[in-house]
Amino acid sequence: MAVEFIDIVETSLAGIGTGSLMALTGVAFVIIYKATKVINLAIGEMLMIGAFVFYGFSAGLSLPIWASVPLTLAVAAVIGGLIERTMIRPLLKDNPVSVFMVTIGLTSVLIGVVELVWSAEPRRLPEFLPSQPVLFGEVFIPSKTAYSFVIAAAAMAVLITVFSFWRGGIALRATATDRAAASSVGIDVPGVFSFSWMLAAVVAALAGILVGSVGGISSAMGLFGLSVFVVVIVGGLDSILGALIAGLFIGWLEAMVGRFMGGEFKLLATFTILLVVLVVRPYGLFGTHEIERL
Amino acid sequence: MSPSHSAAPVRPPAARLDVENLSLQFGGVKALDGIDLHVEPGSITALIGPNGAGKTSAFNAISGFYRPKTGTVKLDGVDITQVPARDRAKLGLARTFQNIALFRGMTVLDNIKLGRHAHLTSGVFGAFLYWGKTRREEMELRAEIERDVIDFLELDHIRNVPVAILPYGLQKKVELARALAMRPRILMLDEPVAGMNREETEDMARAILDVRDEWGVTVLLVEHDMGMVMDISDHVCVLNFGRRIAAGSPTEVRNNPDVIKAYLGGSGDPRKAALDGAAMGEVA
Repeated sequence: MAVEFIDIVETSLAGIGTGSLMALTGVAFVIIYKATKVINLAIGEMLMIGAFVFYGFSAGLSLPIWASVPLTLAVAAVIGGLIERTMIRPLLKDNPVSVFMVTIGLTSVLIGVVELVWSAEPRRLPEFLPSQPVLFGEVFIPSKTAYSFVIAAAAMAVLITVFSFWRGGIALRATATDRAAASSVGIDVPGVFSFSWMLAAVVAALAGILVGSVGGISSAMGLFGLSVFVVVIVGGLDSILGALIAGLFIGWLEAMVGRFMGGEFKLLATFTILLVVLVVRPYGLFGTHEIERL
Repeated sequence: MSPSHSAAPVRPPAARLDVENLSLQFGGVKALDGIDLHVEPGSITALIGPNGAGKTSAFNAISGFYRPKTGTVKLDGVDITQVPARDRAKLGLARTFQNIALFRGMTVLDNIKLGRHAHLTSGVFGAFLYWGKTRREEMELRAEIERDVIDFLELDHIRNVPVAILPYGLQKKVELARALAMRPRILMLDEPVAGMNREETEDMARAILDVRDEWGVTVLLVEHDMGMVMDISDHVCVLNFGRRIAAGSPTEVRNNPDVIKAYLGGSGDPRKAALDGAAMGEVA
């Protein structure tokens, strides 16, 4: 069976659609890492809880979409702020490994909260994206993939613009590099911590709404975070642009390999890329390479 | 000076610092035990003492990194004991660190510009809404830093170099530059010439004197290099075991029997050489 050109295009576009969601979640991870040097293993679960909060507003309380989305993002910001205030800030002066371990614990806490409130049952989000498939000539793109891509792309465009032109972006980096030096030049270090966790939680919740609207939600959907870790390691832990490019690329690669080689090769391909990047550029494709004077 | 110097930027007036009865405790260890320190506006005041005397602890308490157990810190008569470090920075208190605290991975220029961070007004939405204003602020900042800090400290040849690859002496100087970019009213330098060779030390000492004279800023420094301390200070305060054992002009302090005892202790103390060096430096 010859591979048809149109099949390649459709698979590619579907892959890029999924990739854009990985990229968006990757950006949420990068925001926290960039400002606080915390490796947040719970990013997938922050995405999940965002999706469930949205489910609560849109299905549980039957609120319209235009109200559910902003409410979800606001609740996500509060959750992000709470996590930072209660679990991360008390460990500010501790070893980074402790903070990393705390984020592992956080995954279980968030899963537990969701299962207590909504049970472990998988659910579907109310349909809110237009259901008409998008056609480019003969190329068919499922509507949810297309619209979630557009929304994710818009969100990332805003974030990238903010971080390239806003002076605070460099304050985030400064805080991550040296907290004492940062407060000595007047940077509000606890403020930066709160801000980055709240913003990351909002971005993750938006990604959660989109991921959930494409594939449904369940308490296990945080596993999506695993692919996101590959994305951020490949792209560079502290690079928003890196998360974007690596996200799109890995989404595309997984779709192509899954379509033309079989689903069992997906992870093989992803982790091969991860391995190669770690050997060749351990700080990621776009990550900051720390120069050390010995 | 002559009116032709009117292009010089308006500098905030030098600040007066008063520390009274400052105590600091780590568990059972009294790091500071009721020290008093008065720093006159526009003076260069040195805080000296043997290792472990509490100099850096005092520095950290004054700049707001440690909360003292008792005592007050006053800037121009205003009690700032409860003010967090970042807000003390905004009040004009700038400091450097004993173990250089630069933003590694950034260039010299970015490091210095961050010194002005606290003083700029445009926020995150400014980047979108007041494009022009933010841009203008950025340009003015850049011009000011080029003129007043980079040229002044002769750092122009390394402005775009990542700080991490610079030799130690230059890193110390970049830290001073960043503190200056904050337009400080009082500049606190924690061991500005530690680990420097004679030439670098003289260069730094000259820079500190120039900063005081041209910027009209108060300088408070901690230093082990006695020759340098005695040469440039107006006032010296000596700590030992968390207590102030002497304060006065360099000459008074050098002849104070308690100070001599603290430094010389028993025979064969390597610090003896340092103090002898100081005496020679004064004559020369």
